[in-house]
Amino acid sequence: MTNIIYDCNIYQTIIFYDCYVYYTTLSWGAQEKMTETNRKQKFKRAFLAAFPNTIPVLTGFLFLGMAYGVLMQTKGYGALWAVLMSMVAFCGSMQYVAITLLTVAFNPIQAFLLSIMVNARHLFYGLSMLERYKGLGKIRFFLIYTLCDETFSISSSVEPPENIDRRYFYLTISFLDYFYWVFGTFLGSVLGGLITFSTKGLDFVLTALFIVLFLEQMKKEENRLSGVIGIVGTAIALLLFGAENLVIPAMLIILLVLLAGRKKICT
Amino acid sequence: MYLSASQTIIMILAIALGTMITRFTPFLLFPEKKEPPKIILYLGKVLPPAMMGLLVVYCLKAISIAEKPHGLPELIAIAVIVLLHKWKNSVLLSICGGTIVYMVLVQAVFV
Repeated sequence: MTNIIYDCNIYQTIIFYDCYVYYTTLSWGAQEKMTETNRKQKFKRAFLAAFPNTIPVLTGFLFLGMAYGVLMQTKGYGALWAVLMSMVAFCGSMQYVAITLLTVAFNPIQAFLLSIMVNARHLFYGLSMLERYKGLGKIRFFLIYTLCDETFSISSSVEPPENIDRRYFYLTISFLDYFYWVFGTFLGSVLGGLITFSTKGLDFVLTALFIVLFLEQMKKEENRLSGVIGIVGTAIALLLFGAENLVIPAMLIILLVLLAGRKKICT
Repeated sequence: MYLSASQTIIMILAIALGTMITRFTPFLLFPEKKEPPKIILYLGKVLPPAMMGLLVVYCLKAISIAEKPHGLPELIAIAVIVLLHKWKNSVLLSICGGTIVYMVLVQAVFV
């Protein structure tokens, strides 16, 4: 836990420093200094409001990131490569798929196409976040770059509390989730086999996160039909196409049903 | 390492490019200055619960009902999560409780 607090402190310091640099370059006088303190305060409040939402991801990503780092290590790719992949590509399940691709004949076109297929679900995340990520300025690029399953599920389910800056709120969630994954990868590739207690089943924490956020969405009457369509549509795709290729068929089924039932679902 | 350093970098970039196309396309197709078509706004509203449903099933896709333990650890853990959430309505408590129950089940009960 001390580690977590320490990391958050570093993160805060970095962001504060950025804001500071940004503001001193734009600074005209004393008035701007007030804005700067305001900014810090605003950021701190948004950070404290957003952080608890990411704790399940902290657990899941440190664990899965570490497992990824260990796996890369066993294939001869050290910390540098594992961390570079996590930082640049940042795509959990595809990174696991990519381990196989890194151990066979060099074929970047295949990797590119497979990456689009495995990650196709992000297309729907983007559509869902168009409104929420509107008017957020420069940070928008980073938010889109790091829009993974977990960040999407939190940022689309949790409303930023009133009088909290939404920009900083979303930025905190996205940055922390990104940071957990990269940091986990680093720990895994450096510490490797040092873990002595049994972590079997720990990855269920992310499943639990999705289930609970699903339940949260179901609290709203107007979401229920769509949620059921998601579950049933994916279950049908699983039965018809098997566990390996279910995502794209599931997306198509969901899309078709949502479009066909627009009059009924729309409230 | 099976690939050379430059080959590995190209692979990382190819995978990142594929991922980023899927992440950026919606935002490039519907830039924030223009109001997106009504059908897209509708999808933006109804997709989140549906995608959450997809993620739940996706996480459970590897369960085999025919083989031992017949998906029982998952079923029990999900039941615990739903009940905990109904009872205390705390996101963190429900996730934490469900995960601990699941870990105990796969490590000590259904070995």
